[in-house]
Amino acid sequence: MSKYQPYDVMPGDKVNASGDPVTVDRYTGSARINHWITAASLVLLALSGLSLFHPSLFFLTYLFGGGDFTRFIHPWIGVVLFFSFCGLFLRFWRANLWEGADNTWLARISDVLRDKEENLPEVGKYNAGQKMVFWSMSALIVVLITSGIMIWDRYFSNVFTVEQQRIAVLVHATAAVVAICVWIVHVYAAIWVRGTISAMTRGQVTGGWAWRHHRKWLRELVTGGRKS
Amino acid sequence: MRFEFELPNPPTQDVKSDLSERDWVRRSASTVPPPERKLTSIAKLIDVSKCIGCKACQAACLEWNDKRTEVGVNVGVYENPHDLTPDMFTLMRYTEWVNPETNNLEWLIRKDGCMHCEDPGCLKACPSPGAIVQYSNGIVDFVHENCIGCGYCVKGCPFNIPRISKVDHKAYKCTLCSDRVAVGQGPACAKACPTHAIVFGTKEEMLQHAEGRIKDLKSRGYANAGIYDPPGVGGTHVFYVLHHADKPEIYAGLPNNPRISPLVNLWKGGAKYAGMAIIGLTAAFGLLHHVISGPNRVKPEDEENAKKLAKGRAS
Repeated sequence: MSKYQPYDVMPGDKVNASGDPVTVDRYTGSARINHWITAASLVLLALSGLSLFHPSLFFLTYLFGGGDFTRFIHPWIGVVLFFSFCGLFLRFWRANLWEGADNTWLARISDVLRDKEENLPEVGKYNAGQKMVFWSMSALIVVLITSGIMIWDRYFSNVFTVEQQRIAVLVHATAAVVAICVWIVHVYAAIWVRGTISAMTRGQVTGGWAWRHHRKWLRELVTGGRKS
Repeated sequence: MRFEFELPNPPTQDVKSDLSERDWVRRSASTVPPPERKLTSIAKLIDVSKCIGCKACQAACLEWNDKRTEVGVNVGVYENPHDLTPDMFTLMRYTEWVNPETNNLEWLIRKDGCMHCEDPGCLKACPSPGAIVQYSNGIVDFVHENCIGCGYCVKGCPFNIPRISKVDHKAYKCTLCSDRVAVGQGPACAKACPTHAIVFGTKEEMLQHAEGRIKDLKSRGYANAGIYDPPGVGGTHVFYVLHHADKPEIYAGLPNNPRISPLVNLWKGGAKYAGMAIIGLTAAFGLLHHVISGPNRVKPEDEENAKKLAKGRAS
């Protein structure tokens, strides 16, 4: 028996075997607060960004107290999101490292969508879809903060040429559209796979949920890091 | 002899404005009903060959628009201020150019400012409904109460004209004195110009006047004299007579064949619709998937298996 730390077990992950049903601690309080700050920022950014993206959505600026304030606040929310997401990145990056089984999972995506999990390899803390959401969001947020700073007229209008700003504004809009789509996938998956949302609200999932969707992770938690 | 295009002096009685929102042909991020009347297309002609660089136009512009620019620093050039600012809507730009054919030093002086494009890039880029409007006479005007200060107009403009104020965070540029034109006057700069290098009238009149000027310039050896009324932006309502119309870039970087950047066209054209469609399709896919496949629920046997595993009785 060798003692080892599985790459996808995070501090605080724990099985409460005495409960009925068995419960599993999936996210610590600080991870959840970190997540919801990021989530709120992302939603506010999407609403304020879309209001300036398409004229038919300009009415969304009223949610932020008008066009001027929307223009003022959007970049600052972006700064909050960037640092908040950095926190999530530092917490979750290791558990999202890609491994061979993720390719198999991805190749059988039609079984995923048809809820035939018996055909899929056992999944650790995150499946390939979740990992793709994580890495694509990480990359998109870097692109968005960079291009966003380039078009932050109030402070950086003289730093970049108009032509650079034209490229940045197009990149920013494109990355934002992709990020919103990734967000839709993220939220939909949490809704479709029942029992998921409690992981981010109360921090816990049921043992059955972990058995069904993240069996490898559950086994790792039960054996307590001992390889049997 | 009286100059043909002498602008009238201000009237002494009250006059009514004859330019209103009913004359809008374009309104940013929104649509306008087609206007009932079409105003005569107007234009300001800037004859670079007649300009003496006195800056009376700049002074008149500041005066009429009630703007004051900060006292600047002399860095050894004639431009004052050094660039267009939110308060300085027009700027004389000076270029010392050695004509390679004659080896003569030519002092090129160009009055820079909004060109009032027929196809305005600023208006196309503006996200705020009604912050930029175009009148049927050709004037492109910023409506400051609707401006949100995002700077998109700067990206849309092929001539790098709009400037965003650091004080009230609104975009500013030449209005072609729309408030003066509305009451039958001409722009303040044209009124002040001592050499009639700036002339104002209908676009047709100005084109005719320019033709005469070009003929004169050609007779004096400027074989490439011509107008600068760039077709890439549908023509402009401020246009130039240049002695070297084949090389507009020598006049302090006047763009050769300007047009709205393809990046801006993509951003404000295809991307706007494709982006909304992609977001909509992603959401629709989720909805459809849920309707067809139903929720993915944890089964009682999953809980049983978890319990067995947790108690150390499962494989």
